[in-house]
Amino acid sequence: MTTPSRLPEPYGQGGGANLADILERVLDKGVVIAGDIRINLLDIELLTIKLRLIVASVDKAKEMGIDWWESDPALSSRARRDELARENAELRERLARLEELEPRRAQEETP
Amino acid sequence: MTGLRYVYAVCRPFGTPLQAQLTGVSGDPPRLLPHHGLVAVVSHVPEADFAEEPLRAHLEDLDWLTAVARAHQGVIDALTTVTTPLPLRLGTVFRDDSGVRTMMEAREESFLRTLDRLEGRVEWGVKVYLESEPAPETAVAPERKPASGRDYLRQRRMRTKSHEELWQKAETFATRLHEMLSECAEDSRLHAPQNPTLSGASGRNVLNAAYLVRRTESEEFVEKVDRTKDGAPGIRVELTGPWAAYSFAGEETAPSEGKPGEGP
Repeated sequence: MTTPSRLPEPYGQGGGANLADILERVLDKGVVIAGDIRINLLDIELLTIKLRLIVASVDKAKEMGIDWWESDPALSSRARRDELARENAELRERLARLEELEPRRAQEETP
Repeated sequence: MTGLRYVYAVCRPFGTPLQAQLTGVSGDPPRLLPHHGLVAVVSHVPEADFAEEPLRAHLEDLDWLTAVARAHQGVIDALTTVTTPLPLRLGTVFRDDSGVRTMMEAREESFLRTLDRLEGRVEWGVKVYLESEPAPETAVAPERKPASGRDYLRQRRMRTKSHEELWQKAETFATRLHEMLSECAEDSRLHAPQNPTLSGASGRNVLNAAYLVRRTESEEFVEKVDRTKDGAPGIRVELTGPWAAYSFAGEETAPSEGKPGEGP
């Protein structure tokens, strides 16, 4: 839910932001500066954090063919998914045909 | 113990004082550390938590991380009400004030350039969800026991097809919405879909985008998003913000001519 206070003035507390909204911004966005305390968020820690944050959604998204956010905003996965859907349909047809053949063959084979 | 310096943001000097009760990541109120034409917003943090080893360990602890992330965002949010902050990534820590000043001096030019670019702009987050349950009228016929393997597959195909159609619909909706919003924003970014366990949101997140919008044009932007909310059954649009321009603060993401979503 968004709050009524999300109009430009006065500013609300991040509107209806959830934890994922906040974490993705403070951990993954913003200016990267190497401080005196060298936690290499970019190389090691942030990667593990990021993995934990998004791995579930990445898996689900990929399952569904939604992966445009990691490469190209032009929704390039559609072509690939159509191809997959077509292939899937073909395979299902073949499986159905085989399943129909199976009982007949089993009958023929029994003496 | 003197403590370390945790830096939240860099801004141009601003006249309005921060809220008196505002506290930073370790309970210490944020202070302003001016240097030349810039101000760093800093609070003191204990070495026991923010030196390299303990910080590394803490970052593995989601509860600790959540508290620090909220406090960090709280300070940035307070800054956003009075100026245009350049938010730094969580965990930017220096030994002392002079370390912070040295850093500001070294990056002065790029800070000023980025602050100029973001001046008077805020970030709005827009997410599109596909609700988990298909609307009743699109639901497939009640399940009956498949009479054969072929029948079973036919039923399965029907279900997959209606699922595919829903996705197709959501994707088309999201693409169109992103195109429309990009037109009235100065810049935009597409982020990874969110993890439902972290976001606590229902449905599948199919669009997670950020838009850089002038404050003066924000009302119009918000209205535009609001108008799309009842547009499509089974699809939910969520708006968050205004945020500091987190998604647009990186130097390497300086404004380009093309906007994401603009195809040939």
